[in-house]
Amino acid sequence: MDFLVATSTYIIPLVIFFIVGYGVLNKTDVYDVFVEGAKDGMKTVWNIAPTLIGLMVAVGVLRTSGFLDFLGGLLAPVTEGIGFPSELVPLTLVKMFSSSAATGLLLDVFKEFGTDSYVGLIASIMLSCTETIFYTMSIYFLTAKITKTRWTLPGALVATLAGVITSVIIVNIF
Amino acid sequence: MLNLLWAAMIAIGIIYAALTGNMAAVSDGILSSAKEAVSLCITMLGVMALWTGLMEIATKSGLVAGCTKKIAPFMRWLFPGINVESDAMQYMTTNVIANMFGLGWAATPAGLKAMEALRNQDETGLAKKGVATDAMCTFLVMNISCLQLIPVNMIAYRSQYGSANPTGIIVPALIANLINTVIAIAFCKIVCSIRKGRCRG
Repeated sequence: MDFLVATSTYIIPLVIFFIVGYGVLNKTDVYDVFVEGAKDGMKTVWNIAPTLIGLMVAVGVLRTSGFLDFLGGLLAPVTEGIGFPSELVPLTLVKMFSSSAATGLLLDVFKEFGTDSYVGLIASIMLSCTETIFYTMSIYFLTAKITKTRWTLPGALVATLAGVITSVIIVNIF
Repeated sequence: MLNLLWAAMIAIGIIYAALTGNMAAVSDGILSSAKEAVSLCITMLGVMALWTGLMEIATKSGLVAGCTKKIAPFMRWLFPGINVESDAMQYMTTNVIANMFGLGWAATPAGLKAMEALRNQDETGLAKKGVATDAMCTFLVMNISCLQLIPVNMIAYRSQYGSANPTGIIVPALIANLINTVIAIAFCKIVCSIRKGRCRG
């Protein structure tokens, strides 16, 4: 993991250098354009703030009531057998339905175990490489008025499972 | 979906607390969670504004359009039955690129338009009857495997919660992402070849 972490620290500066450089070479007014775009980002955050407040409160209720620990304890014998931390089971399941609810649970994991702990690292990587299957499928197929989705769900589950397994393996290897 | 999930989370938590006598902790937890959400948003304001600003430069300078051209051969291989010049292909390419750059708000509209275009140009007539075509299935599985270059949100969350190295997960996440995308594509290709003959569009 150390080598990957060290390499990662170069990415953001390099990406910024590359994008700004590319902009300058193509005669873009980089700073004006940047400021214009940054406003959009602020609007996005402003819009998700109510969602985050609502969901973090709900997760806060679940956490402080002791229910998440209870659930983790219940699942521990099953998940520990296959080397998957039981603390991450609720997160993995919720992520298939709602990205913002998963974020609420993720932040709870960060608070309980730390961002750079074993569990925290798996959660970070796992959530970065999986998507909200059911939400995405329902809005996309609704738009195309499709009711028979054929092999989309199996495919989506294979992709998600692969992401979860890979996340655990990567954190264990490096 | 979220209505049910949210209500269930609150109901389960409060009922469980009532049964186990943890109500005082829950009461504190509610208020501190709401406060915490706001401080998280403040961290995110910085990171998100930085990212969307950079992406605006990438869009205006033609970098995004350049990348869209570069992945055309790959898209042709992925969707053999779809005309390269068609609207569906354009929208699908935009969607894939937008997802890669973490431009969620640009990805979804393009993705939805792609689905409509795929339905309209389907020649088998199955899509009109509500049956997903191979291209639709492949497109959605691709979308769900979500190849994202930089997980911007995750970096913001990690920095808010005191990570010693918030960006440290970029490369591991990229590797995990590549692997699951490759597996997703392999799955689509295998299913398509098993149903050979029907693998058009």
